[in-house]
Amino acid sequence: MPEPFVKHTGTAVALLRDHIDTDQIIPSREMKTVSRKGLADGLFAGWRYAEPGGRHPNPDFALNAQKAHGASVLVTGKNFGCGSSREHAVWALAEYGFRAIIAESFNSIFHGNCLRNGILPITLDDQHALEGPTWTGGETVTIDLPTQTVAISCLPEWVGRFAIDDYPKRLLLEGLDPIGLTLQSSDLLDAFEARDREARPWVYADYSAAKAD
Amino acid sequence: MATYFDHLWAEHRIAAADSVYDLIAIDRVLLHERTGSVALSALAEKGYNVRDPSRAFAIMDHIVSFREGRGRDEARSPGGDAFITQTRAMAKAAGIHLIDTDDPAQGIVHVAAPEQGIALPGLTLVCPDSHTCSLGALGALAWGIGSSEAEHALATGCLRVKKPEQIRVQIDGALEEGVTAKDLTLYLISEYGASGGRRAAVEFCGTAVAALSIEERLTLCNMAAEFGAFTAIIKPDAKTLAYVRGRPFAPSELSALSSLTRIAQTCTDDRSRVIAVNASEVRPRITWGTSPEDAVPLDGNVPAHAEAKRLDYMGLSGGQAIKGLAIQGVFIGSCTNGRLSDLQAAASVLKGRRLAPGVRGVCVPGSWAVRREAEALGLDEIFRHAGFEWGAPGCAMCFYAGGETFPPGSRVVSSTNRNFEGRQGPGVRTHLASPAVVAASAVAGVIAAPSDLPSLSEVA
Repeated sequence: MPEPFVKHTGTAVALLRDHIDTDQIIPSREMKTVSRKGLADGLFAGWRYAEPGGRHPNPDFALNAQKAHGASVLVTGKNFGCGSSREHAVWALAEYGFRAIIAESFNSIFHGNCLRNGILPITLDDQHALEGPTWTGGETVTIDLPTQTVAISCLPEWVGRFAIDDYPKRLLLEGLDPIGLTLQSSDLLDAFEARDREARPWVYADYSAAKAD
Repeated sequence: MATYFDHLWAEHRIAAADSVYDLIAIDRVLLHERTGSVALSALAEKGYNVRDPSRAFAIMDHIVSFREGRGRDEARSPGGDAFITQTRAMAKAAGIHLIDTDDPAQGIVHVAAPEQGIALPGLTLVCPDSHTCSLGALGALAWGIGSSEAEHALATGCLRVKKPEQIRVQIDGALEEGVTAKDLTLYLISEYGASGGRRAAVEFCGTAVAALSIEERLTLCNMAAEFGAFTAIIKPDAKTLAYVRGRPFAPSELSALSSLTRIAQTCTDDRSRVIAVNASEVRPRITWGTSPEDAVPLDGNVPAHAEAKRLDYMGLSGGQAIKGLAIQGVFIGSCTNGRLSDLQAAASVLKGRRLAPGVRGVCVPGSWAVRREAEALGLDEIFRHAGFEWGAPGCAMCFYAGGETFPPGSRVVSSTNRNFEGRQGPGVRTHLASPAVVAASAVAGVIAAPSDLPSLSEVA
């Protein structure tokens, strides 16, 4: 299970573009093994390295700047994580060290993948606040999940707020095992299935086996 | 009154998980080899079993080689065979259905699942693949998930989900000759943006949708992923029932699906959020940039003030005409446009013609069933005669799974769904279009419409 997320203070790095897709976050060619591990090197590989498949840093990419060293909070635009459902994108971000992403909006599958891997996806109630600071990278961001607030070093008077539903909040705060949690309701699942088998028997019959006989 | 989506949601709602989330029963779980072995291994490591293996399917499609005569474990990249062999082993150990690389039923999940009757009206169906929304075309409640959610669905038979907002996309009027479902979806995404779907359940309604074939509906719903929707759905009708009849995994007797279809037709289309499209105003479209929302009419221009990063990657200038751009490659295939009618549309343009010099053409039928039907109709001869490679089914040429592809910097017109940077290979510049426009461009050697080609009698 991922490390619980309660309060986090870390360095921010900004990639201020819209529609950053999961092919950019982790190119398919970087998904070399059947494991969830070993993906951090491939994070943003197409932008981060000077040559495709190479490992020489591209000095123009924000993540390679000295002040972005050790960054753990990513600040970005709308529809972040669009495209492929590959959870490898989130595994790569998590392994690199990211704990939170502040975006104007998220792709829905990517958003769910973040919650399952200890990364807090944040969409601020007041989006305009972030237009104020000029993100140069290296800002310190403090995120408090219980109070659902964000503080940024370059905006000393400002406190950002964000909404999060109870279930994802619990997942992150407690580092819950969602499967274990659901299986606590096994009686409900079994009762539903018994009723449903009566109501929709065609869903449960294995027709291919019958036809093969 | 309930929408069809509301009806399916209520029918599958086991219980409220809390004030916002519901436990929704999942009727079918689909896996592929890219995520299948990860999900099944993780489940086994945690000590969980698959709750109902008879309703779970692993279909090999993502990184399998598209080379004709490929080996059983042949992947596109070195080491890729491990994804195939491990998924096979884990699927067998778990006792779930396996459609292996050499199975006559094998194909891209979203092509094979409808063909095999695995996707059916009224089912909830999930797959760790973003284009699972395609299957909403059959009236299924189908959506893409991550690997962890796939583990949850396999172990518990349900998912904890928040009911999404709903949007009705009302498409009335008739599509003009030469305008396809692909053009409709590119129109929608470019007009309303790549996040215009607002993570909502999008229902396609209207006379233009009713007029589409099931294959065209699959194309329309497929790119709800690029529209930023939770999923897409179309109410089942007589065409849907006719399509599913006799499929291997479909019920032999369709009375339950007939009554579902009647219920669907009585559901309301009313929703607070509506997008209205006049089909007769839609023209063939093509993308110029690196987001599917960067689509313009085929005879249009690159926007004058387009983002520099997108222009740089694509090697274009603002204001430039799209038609006439020299190309080096074309691809026909994918879960968007890899079905028989797509190959027929391309072949009708390619018949008696050849690829322009210097253009590489690849056609990968979406499944073995599509390939067999195409060969029975002699389409393979048309593609081969034109100079196309005729491939074995899979996803690998749509996203870059490794190995040899189009060279960096090459301009490729593709019947696929994503034009992201590097999507079809490092530095490859992908333009998304319908199969007929891909075929016409292949012959012209530049981006072109079928009507731009000299008639065959003139050529002769």
